[in-house]
Amino acid sequence: MTHKIRAAFGMSRKLNRSFTVSFMLFALLALFGSFMVLPLVYAVNNAFKPLDELFIFPPRFWVNNPTTENFADLINLMGNSWVPLSRYIANTLLITLLGTAGHILLASAAAYPLAKYRFPGSKILFTIVVLSLMFSPHVTAIPNYMVMSGLGWINTHASIIVPSLAFSLGLFLMKQFMEQIPDALLEAAKIDGANEYRIFWSIVMPNVKPAWLTLMILQFPALWGTDGGSFIYSENLKTLHYALGQITQGGIARAGVGAAVALLLMIVPITLFVISQSSVMQTMATSGMKE
Amino acid sequence: MQADTTKPSAVSAAAERRESRWSVLAKELHRSRHLYVLMAPFMLIFFLFTVIPVGISLALSFFHFNMLEMPRFVGWQNYSRLFLNDDVFLIALKNTLLFAVITGPVSYIACFLFAWIINELSPKVRAVMTLVFYAPSISGNVFFIWLIIFSGDSYGYMNGFLMRLGVTLEPIQWLSNEKYVLAIVIIVQLWLSLGTSFLAFIAGLQTIDRSLVEASAVDGIKNRWQELWYITLPSMRPQLMFGAVMQITSAFAVADISIALAGFPSVNYAAHTVVTHLMDYGTIRFEMGYASAIATVLFGLMLGTNMLTQKMLRKIGE
Repeated sequence: MTHKIRAAFGMSRKLNRSFTVSFMLFALLALFGSFMVLPLVYAVNNAFKPLDELFIFPPRFWVNNPTTENFADLINLMGNSWVPLSRYIANTLLITLLGTAGHILLASAAAYPLAKYRFPGSKILFTIVVLSLMFSPHVTAIPNYMVMSGLGWINTHASIIVPSLAFSLGLFLMKQFMEQIPDALLEAAKIDGANEYRIFWSIVMPNVKPAWLTLMILQFPALWGTDGGSFIYSENLKTLHYALGQITQGGIARAGVGAAVALLLMIVPITLFVISQSSVMQTMATSGMKE
Repeated sequence: MQADTTKPSAVSAAAERRESRWSVLAKELHRSRHLYVLMAPFMLIFFLFTVIPVGISLALSFFHFNMLEMPRFVGWQNYSRLFLNDDVFLIALKNTLLFAVITGPVSYIACFLFAWIINELSPKVRAVMTLVFYAPSISGNVFFIWLIIFSGDSYGYMNGFLMRLGVTLEPIQWLSNEKYVLAIVIIVQLWLSLGTSFLAFIAGLQTIDRSLVEASAVDGIKNRWQELWYITLPSMRPQLMFGAVMQITSAFAVADISIALAGFPSVNYAAHTVVTHLMDYGTIRFEMGYASAIATVLFGLMLGTNMLTQKMLRKIGE
């Protein structure tokens, strides 16, 4: 009997495992797993609920007569607005794609020397990077505004994209991952006459593909969900998330559209994670902080 | 007397050594020039938007500055006002510490506990459960789902549920009642907190040498709890330290969720935090010097707690 249950949970027989404790731990996992996933399932259901089901009392969890009405309403609403929906989507895509690709490139270029060489300043630079993980960007928000305004970047997409390129967690993870590239590989390339740039581009970069995806999965959701912060105020430069925020502020009349929007916002990063999960886990194995 | 005679030669030797050290450094710099070029773009942006701003913020916290007039040096005045004359800051500080003390350790333990249980599953189930726990933290600010759940009218899911059960007859104003709002922000914060460290823990658990576990069974490790304490935790120390940094930093940075759920400002400042206080003075009142003092306090809190925790975690399994 216990064998059957073990198989159902995908548990192999391991050392030091009592069945009762395993069962209790998995019950705990299932309980909290539901707590994690139910709001998301609820959001998916809401997006397909017709208006009368959204406001039924008592509220229902599952949708009865699924409809795509909310999505049609969303497109309608945004088509009639002053700035078309496509504009918000284009802005978000521009910020997200440039910011993510640029971050991966810059962080990898900076991580390679730190991972593979000791040179004047390498230790202190890495220490500063680790220290920067220990406080949130809120700390520097005010000077950042002044720097932006000094550069004349207020109300441009550069104000969102450029700072995100130097996201220090990405550099940290990339550096830790690069350390496991065998030195012999780099030495061989050097003997063949390749310079540092060539080694970085054609040897190191192809070897850290899993880490690219990890940096992507950390950077993408943050940029995808940006509302432009305090830097962007022109309507035609604003992002999808900002537009969606405006819609949900429309209150009860917009509840259906709001639910559709919530689904749109969450589905993209989650899909990306599903695709890249195994690469991400490979990178995370090297994420530790050494003493 | 003797000291006097030896001095000049010592000085010249030191000078010589310094000179040669400079030439060695110059040589090293020259040899590494390509490395500096590779790092330059990232480091330039990193220093411009992260490192230098910390310095500016520190300096600015000793000035009165409103973006219009020239900054005026005021010494410790901003700090004394913060701790002695600003009751709202003290509420914000109390809330932030409360958030940090609860969500920091709870989310850290949750990250590890669930990673540890998930690690026992077969690869396919493991991938699904990882997604289930990780999804909220990357689902792009959809925490406004919780607004619907805790909506103050009877259409809110929580109210509807409680009213159907007969626990309450009237809908509860969850988000505008001081009694509940802080707890709700904490729950949602926890829901969102199984992020990067959770992934790092799962990945770290998978790299633990199985032969170590098998050897330990021979050495008399009897159950999973002993295995956890004597094998698993010490093997994962680097990931545990990394995860601690991630969780602590985000535990002190609560703001977006508080604003989204409780409003800004929240009722009677019940969900006001150091970060929302910083936003208030920095982006609404334009008291940049004062806001910088708040930012500096926040910086100190985050860095201090992180350093202390790193010291403690080094002791695991010792």
